[in-house]
Amino acid sequence: MLKVNNIEVVYSDVILVLRGVTLEVGDGQIVSLLGANGAGKSTTLKAISGLLHSQQGEVTRGSIEFDGQRIDNLTPDDIVQLGIVQVLEGRPLFEHLTVEDNLRTGALFRGVSNAQLKQDLDEVYHFFPRLLEFRNRTSGYLSGGEQQMVVIGRALMAKPKLMLLDEPSLGLAPLLVQNIFRIIEQINAESGVSMLIVEQNANVALQTATYGYVMENGRVVLDGSAEALANNADIKEFYLGIGAGGERKSYRDVKHYKRRKRWLG
Amino acid sequence: MNWILVPQQFMTGILNGGTLALIALGIVLIYKSSEVFNFAHGHMVMLGAFLVWFFAGGTSQEASGMPFALPFGVAVVAAITVAVLVGLAIERFTLRPMTGQPLLAIILVTLGLAQLLEGTTTLLFGTQPKGFPSPIDSSSVITIEVPPINGQSIVFLDRIILKQVLVVTFIVAIIAAVIFILFFRFTRAGLRMRATSENHELARSVGIKVPRVFGMSWAIAGIIATIGGILLAMVSGVSINLATVALVAFPAILLGGLESFGGAILGGLIVGLVAEMVKASTVIQVRNSAEIAPYVLILIVLIIRPEGLFGRKRIERV
Repeated sequence: MLKVNNIEVVYSDVILVLRGVTLEVGDGQIVSLLGANGAGKSTTLKAISGLLHSQQGEVTRGSIEFDGQRIDNLTPDDIVQLGIVQVLEGRPLFEHLTVEDNLRTGALFRGVSNAQLKQDLDEVYHFFPRLLEFRNRTSGYLSGGEQQMVVIGRALMAKPKLMLLDEPSLGLAPLLVQNIFRIIEQINAESGVSMLIVEQNANVALQTATYGYVMENGRVVLDGSAEALANNADIKEFYLGIGAGGERKSYRDVKHYKRRKRWLG
Repeated sequence: MNWILVPQQFMTGILNGGTLALIALGIVLIYKSSEVFNFAHGHMVMLGAFLVWFFAGGTSQEASGMPFALPFGVAVVAAITVAVLVGLAIERFTLRPMTGQPLLAIILVTLGLAQLLEGTTTLLFGTQPKGFPSPIDSSSVITIEVPPINGQSIVFLDRIILKQVLVVTFIVAIIAAVIFILFFRFTRAGLRMRATSENHELARSVGIKVPRVFGMSWAIAGIIATIGGILLAMVSGVSINLATVALVAFPAILLGGLESFGGAILGGLIVGLVAEMVKASTVIQVRNSAEIAPYVLILIVLIIRPEGLFGRKRIERV
């Protein structure tokens, strides 16, 4: 359903951030996008959701297609209308609004009736029973995990076909991370929403996803089924932190360094 | 303090404050939605007053050049319509092209706008102050008798005199403010504006058309400014000076906190009150300080509460 073909993204007309990124998300699929800081993962998501424009970024080459339609020149609100909603990094909320108002903002663009809105809210509360309890609280005072729930719930209110999740695990305790990803799987299974998940936590991302891409320095360097990636020796070493035989590596270890450098080239 | 004067000054102050509160509301609205402090709001107020004067065909002393004079109510509607268009035009042609520019640059644009509005108004309507075709006679008063207690007057001359026009403007201002706040709090358009005011990028990411929300804020600010202008003009006539009169809304906003509607309203009332109350002082220097008294008050408040009385506190989780 989503096809990103060899895109190049430039910020402020000079800074080249993405140098040929190609990826694909199929119907109902969960795909994860891995990579170190500054690899261009978030930029890729923003290119898809159209939020680049407000940050002086531009897709200068390549194309982005969603359900056969080119979307790389649409505004963010048009793209949301098509069914792609991005969950921004750092779980930003409308802090001074209540939890329920936050959720309602997600459905604003659809212009649905109050009855329909109520039904959609109930659906979100079904996935996140905690939020029902806190519906009238000022969202800024919730805990990190609860805020993440609000943010995902708000995205659900848009009735998306594809959700772009930017680091849902950021700053959460391991148990909560597991919890959030279980809910992501549940949403995917019950509502059939496709997901493109950007993660630093490769471990949990590859457990959830069926397919994965690895980015370095603005390009995709590796891709494959989640299983294949999880068993790839390089991924194991660089992302999962499991060295061959379990011993630690140092930069004096030339072989290791060269292997890593090959990726960065 | 000359206590015998206090009740009279108190009432006049509160009534004056109503209009200030409404004007302050318009500035807070723009600030909340786009973080731009709109220095041109006072001039939008002035323009609104001139527009009503024009559409109503001026007064019997001086015709406005309008070929067919409209009844007052219709003139108000016409003026509000024009003000909405002006608001939309300001957003579309001066502020939208500035998107992404530093905030200071945008705020300076509003200063330029103020000059533009003043120039245009002078060009169209001249510099002479005009009478206002007010539906209420400005000389009629409401007198409240306060009988002396134990032969001792508690109020100067035993009565409080309220100008009828002030009472009416106060009521209109408060009704307009309440309608506006209900709109902001309970409608979907209001939710859209509240969301946008918190985080533009986030609003965009949930599919809110942010430029449209800005346009709407400016249109509403135009409506509020026009109503404020009418109320000011009913009391003091139409002139270029109305823009300066409206400037007193600035201390009201700083007092109440830039981001709070409730604060703007309360700030407006307090400023109106303080400016009148000092006139009851027995010290001549204080008595003559009505214009600067609100600013002195702000200094004191801001030293104690830098975000204003009701400013939005940054939510920080610990």
